[in-house]
Amino acid sequence: MSLQETSFGVLAALTLLLATATAFGTWLAGRTHDAVKLAWIGQMNTRIRGAWGIVLLFALAFTAGRGALLVLFAIASFFALREFVALTPIRASDHSALVLAFYVVIPVQYVLIAADWYAMYTVFIPVYVFLVLPVVMALRQDTEQYLMRIAKVQWGLMICVYCVSHAPAIVALELPGFEGRGALLLLYFLLVLQMSDLLAVIASAAIGRTPLKSNPNKSREGVLAGGAAAVLLGTGLFWMTPFTWWQAALMALAIVVAGFMGGLVLASVERSLGARIWTDDGVLLTRGTLQRLDALTFAAPVFFHLALYFFAP
Amino acid sequence: MNLPIKFLPPLVWLVRVLVGAYPRWIGSVPSANQRIYFANHSSHMDTLVLWAALPHSLRANTRPVAARDYWGTGGIRQQIAQQELNVVMIDRAREDPDADPLEPLQEALRLGFSLIFFPEGTRQPQPLPGPFKSGLFRLAQAFPQVELVPVYLENLHRAMPKGALLPVPIISTVSFGAAMGLAEGEDKDTFLERARAAVVALADVDLMAA
Repeated sequence: MSLQETSFGVLAALTLLLATATAFGTWLAGRTHDAVKLAWIGQMNTRIRGAWGIVLLFALAFTAGRGALLVLFAIASFFALREFVALTPIRASDHSALVLAFYVVIPVQYVLIAADWYAMYTVFIPVYVFLVLPVVMALRQDTEQYLMRIAKVQWGLMICVYCVSHAPAIVALELPGFEGRGALLLLYFLLVLQMSDLLAVIASAAIGRTPLKSNPNKSREGVLAGGAAAVLLGTGLFWMTPFTWWQAALMALAIVVAGFMGGLVLASVERSLGARIWTDDGVLLTRGTLQRLDALTFAAPVFFHLALYFFAP
Repeated sequence: MNLPIKFLPPLVWLVRVLVGAYPRWIGSVPSANQRIYFANHSSHMDTLVLWAALPHSLRANTRPVAARDYWGTGGIRQQIAQQELNVVMIDRAREDPDADPLEPLQEALRLGFSLIFFPEGTRQPQPLPGPFKSGLFRLAQAFPQVELVPVYLENLHRAMPKGALLPVPIISTVSFGAAMGLAEGEDKDTFLERARAAVVALADVDLMAA
């Protein structure tokens, strides 16, 4: 099948599937007044809405091209970093470091990806920004909690910019026999990631038992069952990727495990800052951007690197 | 005037996109318990920012207290205030010297609403709140069952050096502290100072207390 046919087929199937899921979720929510049930139905419906976002992203990557996708992810990075900075203590002397982070690091990282300058965009933040930030901060002559303040800005940049930017970078991966099909690989990655989250919520509601500390709406058993189901799904979708079925199974496993760890770590960070989002109405980008991207921040660089390391010549 | 469109949802969205209004629940968690959120007041945006920081499910039952001389002057501002924010108008000018200016607030509390209240009475152009007026004390006396939640509104922009070449993005955070109440036999001045200190303590958390 040509790339066009495959993409159209996948897009049509997904739209149909999501429309069914949305109708089902709405029907479920309207049928009950039980607060516990409504809570998990709400969680499920949020994730179904997230899946619609993925379909839109994929359609955008196809029709408007990679530039539009990069701009979108750059905006997501900006809002995630703004949220991270808002939730951590800041001093006036952090000003220049923040200006650098918001107005220089974000655009440069995404321009490097747009230019396909792989050797630079993988080391720009972890090496050059890592070395320059402490210098900029030292120039302010405020050594109060110096190391903590640098660490905080660097950590925020790694998670919100470096890690997030690896998702759109997947599109540009040129794997042998899979040239020009990067958008499909991004779709595969996002689908497995989102489905492991959605299936974990559904399985947790169905079989329950030990609730997780990081997210009381998921249980240990539910996460294991949902993760296993997502790996099966990832295996079944191997035809979308350059992988054989068993390679796809391992890649899906890597996505699921890394995604779970991302959720765990960012929940801990937000909790330590007194900021676990309690709101029930997170609108895209304005609230809970970090929480929504938590699994992606860990899974994107891992998937990107594994694909490059094992499948590129 | 009563326009058939709603201004508040896009306004709340705009506030969140442009300034953030990120909530930090430090000493309390969101709850449907009847509450008075009392906060420092330094900007025209404060009411909207605090409102935008509250979870959607709590907003319907929470009413901001606002000055009639600012919000009640007709036009779009009044429609937002009366039809959508459902504000409790307080008569700062005291046109009728015999009326109790707190009466509308007490009425709202009797009906079970939570309130957003700025106990300084007017905007103070400084990061830390000035002395509180007696209103909060009188409400605490009359409604001992209502939780008093201190809130600190911070705008990172204002904490930054003046005249810098590039400003950082505007980032406002809304810190909610632990609920408090009037202690037994506590007099007015002690209580108001304690309430003010509860707001200031949240500011210290934010600014990493140098």
